[in-house]
Amino acid sequence: MTSGLLILAQESTVVPSEFGRMVVNGISLGAIYAILALGFVIIFKATQVLNFAHGALSAMGAFLIASFATIINVPGRWMEGSPVWLQWVLSVVFALVLAALIGMALERMFLRPMVGEALFAVAIVTLGIDIIVRTITNDFIGQTSRPMGDPFGLKTVGLGCANGGFIGEVDLVELCTVRIPWTTVFQMILTIALVAGVAMFFRSRTGIAMRATAWDQEVARAQGISVGRIFATAWAIGAVMAAIGGLFISMFPRRPGGVDTFTAFFAFRAFPAIILGGLDSILGAIVGGFAIGFAESAASTYLTFGFLGTGFGGVVPYIVMLLVLLIRPYGLFGTEEIRRV
Amino acid sequence: MRGRPLLYTRYEADQAILNTVTKKVMVLIFLSALLLIPFQVLPGLDFLGENDWLRLLSTVAIFIIGALGLNILLGLAGQVSLGHAFFMGVGAYVAAVLGSDPEGLRLGFGLPMWIWLPAAGVVAAGIGVAFGPAAVRVRGLYLAFVTLGLVFVGDYVFRNLISVTGGAEVGRTFPPLEFRLWKEDTPLIDFASDGAWFGIELTSEAKTFYFVLAVAILFMLLAKNLQRTRVGRAFQAIRDRDIAAEIMGVDEVSFKLRAFGISSFYAGVSGALLASFVGTVIPARWDLFLSIQFIAIVLIGGAGTVAGVVLGTAFVTLLPRLVQDATLWMEDVVETGDNLLATLLDLVVATESTDFGLINTLPGVGPGLSVFQLNQVIYGLLIILFLIFEPLGLFGIWIRIRNYWKGWPFTY
Repeated sequence: MTSGLLILAQESTVVPSEFGRMVVNGISLGAIYAILALGFVIIFKATQVLNFAHGALSAMGAFLIASFATIINVPGRWMEGSPVWLQWVLSVVFALVLAALIGMALERMFLRPMVGEALFAVAIVTLGIDIIVRTITNDFIGQTSRPMGDPFGLKTVGLGCANGGFIGEVDLVELCTVRIPWTTVFQMILTIALVAGVAMFFRSRTGIAMRATAWDQEVARAQGISVGRIFATAWAIGAVMAAIGGLFISMFPRRPGGVDTFTAFFAFRAFPAIILGGLDSILGAIVGGFAIGFAESAASTYLTFGFLGTGFGGVVPYIVMLLVLLIRPYGLFGTEEIRRV
Repeated sequence: MRGRPLLYTRYEADQAILNTVTKKVMVLIFLSALLLIPFQVLPGLDFLGENDWLRLLSTVAIFIIGALGLNILLGLAGQVSLGHAFFMGVGAYVAAVLGSDPEGLRLGFGLPMWIWLPAAGVVAAGIGVAFGPAAVRVRGLYLAFVTLGLVFVGDYVFRNLISVTGGAEVGRTFPPLEFRLWKEDTPLIDFASDGAWFGIELTSEAKTFYFVLAVAILFMLLAKNLQRTRVGRAFQAIRDRDIAAEIMGVDEVSFKLRAFGISSFYAGVSGALLASFVGTVIPARWDLFLSIQFIAIVLIGGAGTVAGVVLGTAFVTLLPRLVQDATLWMEDVVETGDNLLATLLDLVVATESTDFGLINTLPGVGPGLSVFQLNQVIYGLLIILFLIFEPLGLFGIWIRIRNYWKGWPFTY
């Protein structure tokens, strides 16, 4: 009797697809890298600043979200009874506004005095900002990880599922070809919305002004554009993008525990995505982000030979970056520097 | 020419490494002060002869070698590199493999130091040159990212080559600083134990200090000399304008490769000495922060100058100790004193677990920064402030002081 039920259970079993898991993971990773790269490229295009502090900003943004959502619980503490997801979304909005303000403040304090200096010198200033912001954020985070308080949790949605059947009295878990975490669905929706938002923004009045500033700062000034305000806007957008990237990093399936001191380092892996697409290409940031995400996901799924040791997936982005740069030194979509005498 | 120190009648005198009387006198005073430090005879500076300070000064000397290497690449040839820590790691592990005890836990051949120290530099330089074609093809800002990738790939390799590096958590021991002719039992010169040199009793710290000081001075002379040779001038031409340099007949590719090679050689030697000096090192030692530290040294000191590198290294390397001492002093004042100063300092340091303070050295999680974190924040701030207000670094400050006194009492 029992053995018959067991056979029944095996017959209805669906084999979980390794490929499917790889694709879902690649999408999730790609969304993180694309969002981080997008913020970075917007800052670089608009202000000519190579922002090494992007990783630190993402950790800071993620920590702000965690504090608003769980630690100080604002605005949730004043709106008991309202849906949890609404409280969380409002907390995220509050945190993003604060992150944007901090981004603008950093630009005003440390980068405005460097306008017109060599790109390299400005890049090193952002390295300094990175150290400061990262250290202070990590001090606030402490030794433990801080949960993001998101309503998605560890929940997943299954595709191609079948009922697992029973073994005796035990109800087997539903087996699926592939399980997509709700966080990944959320990431995809938000990423598409942000990319669409950025595309629309560049058609707005401020967006056109930003494109003009990216083209030539002096000419933009001559047209009556407040370049300083454009810089502030770009940094606000960049900081918000970084914070959202940090949020993605600090959720299931990346870091179910929440934001910790590793978040800032994780964002360093987005740099290959930026370089792959080309430093000054918005399209390149998105393509590069997803390409690197898939490459890393595929490598962690299939390249599991013993001699590769641990952590090979983590260096795949850099290896891809090095190879692409050897063939195309300005990335896939970057503007080639024309050397003229 | 007596009384006219800046009038040169020979090209050799103009191009001499110490080309003014002031430089000669200052270097002489500085050197003799350094040589006297272990004997604790200098009034006011005798604390430097204590063993922990001697160890710090030895670290400074070792860091100077590495910083000189980055200075050649960044300050002379104008190439951005975030990968300096990787080359230091390569040097350290080459030294470890060649010099370590063959019966030890990890791979080792037990060769003497006169082999492993130069070999560390040569292998690092070889890897630097092998990496060169990628670095030459990629320009400017992209280069910063390529070298950043080098650090992360290197970190992965170091963590996984357990037979060489000991793995991520454990690390490995490195050969001690001692001089043997070959594999004989008792070393010819032993820096790791107390003993007498030429009838003068010296502690092991003092011996090590003298040794690394000698190596650092040798590398300083080489770096200073490089600046005035054909190669050094070609580096500077590439830094100032690469196209103009090419038109003047400077082969850009070959000289960029040489810049990477020389810089990596310095890094390799510095890494080998550092690891050997510290004894046991985990692979995470060669991380991005070490690279940033060297960039901070070169920028704070003054890019492109040997004197600036020395100043910058001393400043950056001694800073943690100064911050620590200042913190201890502040805590002491807060706990013992009851005056206005103590009240003010109480806002800065936390002395109890419930106490608010910017600095919190107590174990456990508090809102305050630990001394290590405070150091990092200060590094970051210094990099930013120097770049904004004094791009020439400490050396630039010295130049301004000198120019002020040149024209004194006039302002022009």
